[in-house]
Amino acid sequence: MPGKLKAKIVAGRHLPVMDRASDLTDAFVEVKFGNTTFKTDVFPKSLNPQWNSEWFKFEVDDEDLQDEPLQITVLDHDTYSANDAIGKVYIDIDPLLCSEAATRICGWFPIYDTIHGIRGEINVLVKVDLFNDLNSFRQSSCGVKFFCTTSIPRCYRAALVHGFVEELVVNEDPEYQWIDRIRTPRASNEARQRLISLMSGELQRKIGLKVLEMGGNAVVGYLQCFDLEGESGLVVRAIGTACTLDKLTPGTAPNTNTHSNTAPASNACNSPSKDSKESPLAHGCRSTHNSPVRSACSSQRLSHSQNFSVSVPTLVFTGMGSGGSAGKEAGPLKTLLRQHTQSALEQREFPFFTLTCFPPGFLVHVGGVVSARSVKLLDRIHNPDEPETRDAWWEEIRQEIKSHAKALGCHAVVGYSESTSICEEVCILSASGTAAMLNPRFMREGCLDAGGSDHRLSRQPPLNVVGSERIEGDASSAWFGFEDASPPSCGFCHIPYDEFNMPFPAQLTYCYRCRRQKVPDVLFTTIDLPAEAAVTGKGCLIQARLCRTKKKAQGEVNATAISNLLPFMEYELHTQLMNKLKLRSMNALFGLRIQISVGENMLLGLASATGVYLSALPAPGGIQVAGKTPSDLNYDQHIATMQKRINDTITKNKELYNIHPPESTEELVGSPIPDRQRSRLFRSTSESSDELLELDLSHGKKDAFVLEIDDTDAVEDIQSLLTDAPMPAGFYSCNTEVMPGIYNWTSGLQMFTSVRVYRLSNANLTNQGLNKIFTELCENLLKSLYFKLRSMIPCCLCHVNFTVAVPEEELIQVAVTAVAMSFDKDTQQAADKALNKGSGENEDQLQFSMELCADSTPSNNQPTSKPSGVSESALVPSSSRDRCSTWLELLRLKAHTIRRGSVKTSRRTQSLAHSVSSAERCSPLPEGRSRSLRSTRSMPCGAPVAVVKMTPLSFLPGTRIVKYLGIINMFFIRETTSLREEGGVSGFLHCFIAEVFAMVRAHVAALGGNAVVSYSMKECVFMENPNKNQAQCLINVSGDAVIFVRESEQEATPPLMSSGQISSTGADGTT
Amino acid sequence: MSVELDVFVGNTTIMDEEVYQFWLDGYTVNDAVKVRMEGGVLEECEASAEVLHSDTMDQYRTFQMCERLLHSPAKLANQLLFQIPPHRQAMLIERYYAFDGVFVREVLGKKLSKGTKKDLDDVSAKTGVTLKSCRRQFDNFKRVFKVVEELKGPLVENIRQHFLLSDQLARNYAAIVFFANNRFETGKKKLHYLTFQDFAFCAGQLISYWTVGAVGDNLSPQSPDVYNMVEDMDVDLEKQFLQDLKELKILITDKDLLDQHKSLVCTALRGKTKVFNEMETNFKNLSRGLVNIAVKLTNTKDVRDFFIDLVEKFIEPCRSDKWTAGDMRLFLTHYTNSAHILDTFKHQVLWDRYMGVIKSCILKMYHD
Repeated sequence: MPGKLKAKIVAGRHLPVMDRASDLTDAFVEVKFGNTTFKTDVFPKSLNPQWNSEWFKFEVDDEDLQDEPLQITVLDHDTYSANDAIGKVYIDIDPLLCSEAATRICGWFPIYDTIHGIRGEINVLVKVDLFNDLNSFRQSSCGVKFFCTTSIPRCYRAALVHGFVEELVVNEDPEYQWIDRIRTPRASNEARQRLISLMSGELQRKIGLKVLEMGGNAVVGYLQCFDLEGESGLVVRAIGTACTLDKLTPGTAPNTNTHSNTAPASNACNSPSKDSKESPLAHGCRSTHNSPVRSACSSQRLSHSQNFSVSVPTLVFTGMGSGGSAGKEAGPLKTLLRQHTQSALEQREFPFFTLTCFPPGFLVHVGGVVSARSVKLLDRIHNPDEPETRDAWWEEIRQEIKSHAKALGCHAVVGYSESTSICEEVCILSASGTAAMLNPRFMREGCLDAGGSDHRLSRQPPLNVVGSERIEGDASSAWFGFEDASPPSCGFCHIPYDEFNMPFPAQLTYCYRCRRQKVPDVLFTTIDLPAEAAVTGKGCLIQARLCRTKKKAQGEVNATAISNLLPFMEYELHTQLMNKLKLRSMNALFGLRIQISVGENMLLGLASATGVYLSALPAPGGIQVAGKTPSDLNYDQHIATMQKRINDTITKNKELYNIHPPESTEELVGSPIPDRQRSRLFRSTSESSDELLELDLSHGKKDAFVLEIDDTDAVEDIQSLLTDAPMPAGFYSCNTEVMPGIYNWTSGLQMFTSVRVYRLSNANLTNQGLNKIFTELCENLLKSLYFKLRSMIPCCLCHVNFTVAVPEEELIQVAVTAVAMSFDKDTQQAADKALNKGSGENEDQLQFSMELCADSTPSNNQPTSKPSGVSESALVPSSSRDRCSTWLELLRLKAHTIRRGSVKTSRRTQSLAHSVSSAERCSPLPEGRSRSLRSTRSMPCGAPVAVVKMTPLSFLPGTRIVKYLGIINMFFIRETTSLREEGGVSGFLHCFIAEVFAMVRAHVAALGGNAVVSYSMKECVFMENPNKNQAQCLINVSGDAVIFVRESEQEATPPLMSSGQISSTGADGTT
Repeated sequence: MSVELDVFVGNTTIMDEEVYQFWLDGYTVNDAVKVRMEGGVLEECEASAEVLHSDTMDQYRTFQMCERLLHSPAKLANQLLFQIPPHRQAMLIERYYAFDGVFVREVLGKKLSKGTKKDLDDVSAKTGVTLKSCRRQFDNFKRVFKVVEELKGPLVENIRQHFLLSDQLARNYAAIVFFANNRFETGKKKLHYLTFQDFAFCAGQLISYWTVGAVGDNLSPQSPDVYNMVEDMDVDLEKQFLQDLKELKILITDKDLLDQHKSLVCTALRGKTKVFNEMETNFKNLSRGLVNIAVKLTNTKDVRDFFIDLVEKFIEPCRSDKWTAGDMRLFLTHYTNSAHILDTFKHQVLWDRYMGVIKSCILKMYHD
C-alpha cells in the first residue's frame, strides 16, 4: 500500500439552479477513486455552498495512482427522486507522484457536464503521501517525468538520451457496446471519458516502466494519440524519447534556455565549435550503438525524389492470412524486409527520437525526410490485453522508416512522429521523421559503467550481425572523422550519404560556409531549425494542399484504391512544396508535416513546413516555365507573362523575407565551384524563351526549376502557385518553434484555435475543382487569422498547426492551433538593416567573421581541389537525370495516367552565390539580441489576477521557466440535443473550445502553474446531425504545466554560462 | 461550397470594442459588417467581406456567451470560461450598462414592469434606438432596480459595488432607480425640454438631502452605521420630513410674514437685477408656488408631480419674464436666506433642507 491520496472539498460557486421552485440547489459531492467513494454533507439551498469537508483518504497502490483519475461528482440532493448530477471534475494526480513536479493540487475547477458544459466551479484540495517502494518487480513507474516538449526541457540538462519508447493499449469503445443502446448519452460519454483517462494513465505507467528499464528518468517529446476505430475499438498509443535528465540549479540556468528566442543567434555567433567540445555530454567513448551504414544500394529504389523518401505503401489486410502481417506487399519493400528480418532482434530497437530540438553537438548530419504510410483494414480487437495486430502494424511502419533512413546513409531518425487517419474501416497509418546522424556520445555515457553497457548490448546487438557493409570499428572511426572535420554551424547540412552513390537525385555542391563538405541543393526536415544554423533573412510558412477524389468502395477494394493514390499525393505535395519554396527563394524546409486524411469519397493532403534560406546551402535557382509548343505566338506570350509573374513574385519575396545573399566573390576564396556553372545566369524571360528547346534536352545543367506546361492542369498548378495570397504587412508565420530572423519578442502573446467546416455543395467536383476549393479554404482561414490578430502587428504566427479531416461525405474540416507573438518593430528594423549592410561596415560583424575564420582555418588546410570539384559536380547532373526518369517511369507504370508529363528538376549554381562564407550572415545578430533583452526588460509585470498563458511553443518569450509541474493530458466529450438553441454548430463548438481552454487553465492554476507550454490539440472530432438538432464533439489536448518568471524579475542573475560549466553542478539540487 | 462552421477561440478572449458597440446597439451581423466595411477596416488589413463577416460572427457569439456573466458583473471577474484582462472586463461592464440618453428619458419615472417593456417598440420607433438595444437597457434598469431593492445601505455605493460600475454611471443608475421607485412624472410635454442629466442631477439632490439615508449623512450627528441598516433608505423620501414640510405653510398663509419676506428680498435685490420689477410684482405668486409644493408633498400624487409643479409654478413664470440664470440664482439665494431673518419663522433647519434642494434643482432645470 504505497500511497495515500487525500482530498478535501472546500466550496462551490456559481452552481446552476437545480430546484425550479426555490431557484436554489441542495448540493453535495461524491469523491471517488478506484472503487472507493466518499460523500460530503448536503449543503442546502445555496448556489455557493461551503462544504469544508474533512480529508477523504484513499489508501491505494501506486499503480492505481498512476492509472486512475480522482473523480469528483457534484450532485443535487433530492428527497423523493434520484439525485441529479450537476457535473464532474476529473483530476489527474500524476503530477503529484513526482517529487520534482507539483506538491499539491488546490484551486477552483470548472464542474463539467458532457451535455450542459461548465456548470459552476468547485474548490478542491488534493495531496498524496507516497511511501518508498523497493519492490523491483513493481508495476508502477512513479517518478518518471513526462514532457510534451520536443526539446530538452528548459530547466534540465540531458545527461543521456536513451532513445525511443512506445506503447499502445486497446479497449472496446463504450460508445459501441450493447449497453449504449439503453443508457443515456451522458452515461455513455462519461464512460468514454473515464475509460480514456484510465487508458492514458495505464499507457503512461507502462511507458514509464520501459524508461526505468532503460535506466532513464524522463520521457521527452511524449506524444499520445487516440484512434477511435469505431466498432473495432479504441486505441491509445504513445511514443516518446527516454532520457536521463538532471535538474539545473536555479542559479546556473543557462541563458540559452532562458532566452530561447535569441539562442540561435548567440549560438551562431559565439564560435559554436567550442560549445560542442566543452559539452558535458561529450564523454568520449566508443560506440556500440548503431553505426552509420552509409550506402544501402538495394533500398535506393525506395527513395523517389529529392530528400524525400516516400514509401510505397504497404497494403496489408488483417483477418486474411495468418500471423498478422501476411498479405500483399509492394515490390521493392520485399527485398528490404527480407534483408532486415534476418535479425529479428535488431528490429526491436528503433533509433528514433521524437525530439525536434537538440542540445548543441547532438545532431551531426541531416539526410532528409523519411516517411512511410500504410493502409489497413480495421477489424475487431478480440483480445484487448494483447494488442498484437496494432503493434505489428506500427512495427512494420517503423521498420520501413528505419530502412529509409539507412538508405539515406543515416543511422537515426529525429523529429519522429506517428499519426493515423480513419474512415469507417479503413485506416492510414503514417510515420515520418528526419534521417540523421547523431553524435553517439550522447547515447553512450552509460557505457562507462560496465553494467550499463551489458544491458544495452543485450537489447541491441552490435550492427555487424545485421550484415552491414562496414564493420563496426570502421564506422566509428568514420564518425569521429566526421565530427572533427565539420564546423558545427553548418555541419548538419552536410550530406550523410555517399556522394557517388546517392540515394536520390540531388545536386551537390560544396558547403557555402565551410567549403569543405558537400551539401545538397535543398534540404527537407521535420525538425526545428537547429540553434547553430546560419540563416539568411526570415522564414515563412509554406503549405502544399491537395485534394483527390476517389470512388466510394468497401473493404479491400477501398483500401487498394487508397494505397494506389497515396504515392501520387505524396509526389504532388512534394512538387508543390518545392515550387513554393523556390518561389520564395529559399532552400530548406523545417518542421515538415504531411497529413493525409481519408474520407469516403476523397483524400486530403496537407503539407506544412517553414521555409528558410540556409546560408550553407546554395542559392535556389528560379522557376522556369516551359511550353510544349513554342511555335504558337499567343502561347509563347502567355508563357512569357506567366514567367514574368513568377520572376516578379520571386523578387518580391526576396524583399519580403529579407533574403539578400551577398554577391559572389568566389574566386577570392577559392571556390570549388566550376566556372562553367557559375557563369550562367538565369534571369530574364527573353533568355528563357530562347533556351526552351535546349532546356528540354539538357535540363540537368540548368539552374532553374523547370515547370513544363503541357496541359491545362499544369497551367492551373502554376496559377495556384501564384494565388497564394501574400501575408499582410507586419505579419510573419512559421510552423516551427522559432522564426529565423526575429529575435526581439515582446511578451504579447495570443494562443488560439480556429476550426472551420465546409460543405461542398457540388458532389461532382473534379480534382482540380476540389484542389481549388481546398486551397481557398486554407488561404481564407489564414486571412481570417491575420485579420483577427491585426492588433498585434508586428507579429509572427508561430507553430501554426493545421489539421484536416473529412468528417463526412462532402464535409472538409480544418482546425488550426497556433500562437501569435508580437515583436518590437524598431529593434527589428535595426537588426534587419544591419543584416543588409555589407560585412565590412559593422565592427561587430568584422570581429565575428575574424573569429569564425580563425576557428575554421585548421580544417581549411586541405582545400578541396578544384579539379575534383569539377568532376564531382559534373557527375551529379547525369545521375540525377537518370534517376529522375526512372522514378517517373515507375509512377507511370503504377498509374495509367500521370498528370504532368515531366517535371525536370535541375539547377545550376547561381552566380549570385555567396562566397564570403559564414561571416556576415550571422554577425549582426548580437545587436538584435542585446536589444531584445532591453525590450523585454521594460515589459510590465502581469496583473495580479491568476492568468494562465498557453502556447504551443516550448518557451514564453521574455521569461524563464523555473519549474515543470507535470503533463496535462485531457480528453473531453461534449454533446448537445439542442443544437439550435445553443447557437448552431458554431455556437456549440465555440463554447466547447472555450470550456476546454478554461479547464486546462484551471488544472494548471491548481497545480500552482501560470502557463502551459507545448500545448497542442491532438484531436477534434466533430459530428453533427442538424435534423435531429444534435451534435457531438471530442477534443484531446495536451501540454506541460509550468511556472515561469519574467526575465526582468531576474535581472540580478548574471548572464548564463555555457552548458559545459553546468556539467559540474550535476545532480538535481533543487528546492 | 458553404461554410458550415467557423469559430475562432483565443486563450485571451479577443474583443473588438467597435464590434462590441455594434452588438450593444443591436445591429444585426450583416449591418455591422456593412458599417465596418464603410469604416475602412478592409483596406487597412487587406481583408475580404467574408473575413469581416466571420470575425463579426465570432465576436457576436463571444458577446452572447458573455452576456449571462454581465448580468451579474462580479461573476465576470472570477469565472473561468473567458480569460479577459481586468481593464477589458471593466470596459465590457461599463459599456454594457451604458444607456442612451434619449431612451432613458422615455422610460424615466415609469414603472419597470412587463407592460412598459411591451411598449418598447414604440419607444424604439420614437427614439431611433434599436429594439434590441432598448430591451437590453430596459432589462439593465430592471435588474439594477431589483437587486438594490433588496439591499440595505447607500444606493450609489450598492450599485457601484454590485455592478462594478464607475461612480458616474452608478449615480445615473441610482437616479433611474429613484425615479422608477417614486414614479416621478417626466413625460409631460412641459418637461420635454429637460434632459436625463437634468433629472439625474435633481435625483442626486433629492437622494442626498431628502431621503432617510440623508439624515445620517448630513443632518444628524448619529453614526451612519445605524442608517446603513435601513432598507430603501436612499430610495424613499423621508416621511417625517415630508410631514414637517407642512409647517412651512406659514410663510404664505401669514400675511405679515409674506410681506416681510418680500421686502427683505426686494431690499437685497434692488439695483442688482434687470428684472427687479417683474420679480417684485410676482414675488407672492412665486413664493406661494414654492411653499405649496412643499406643503403638498405628503401626497404620493403630488410627489409624482414634483417636477411638473416646479416648472409650472416657478420656472415658467420666470421664463416668461425673461429672467436670466443669474437672476434666478440671485433671487433664490436671497429668498432662502431672508427667511432666516424673519423673526416669527421657527423652521430654519427644515427650510434650508427644503430650499437647498429646490434651489439647485431649479437652477439645473432653468434652461431652454
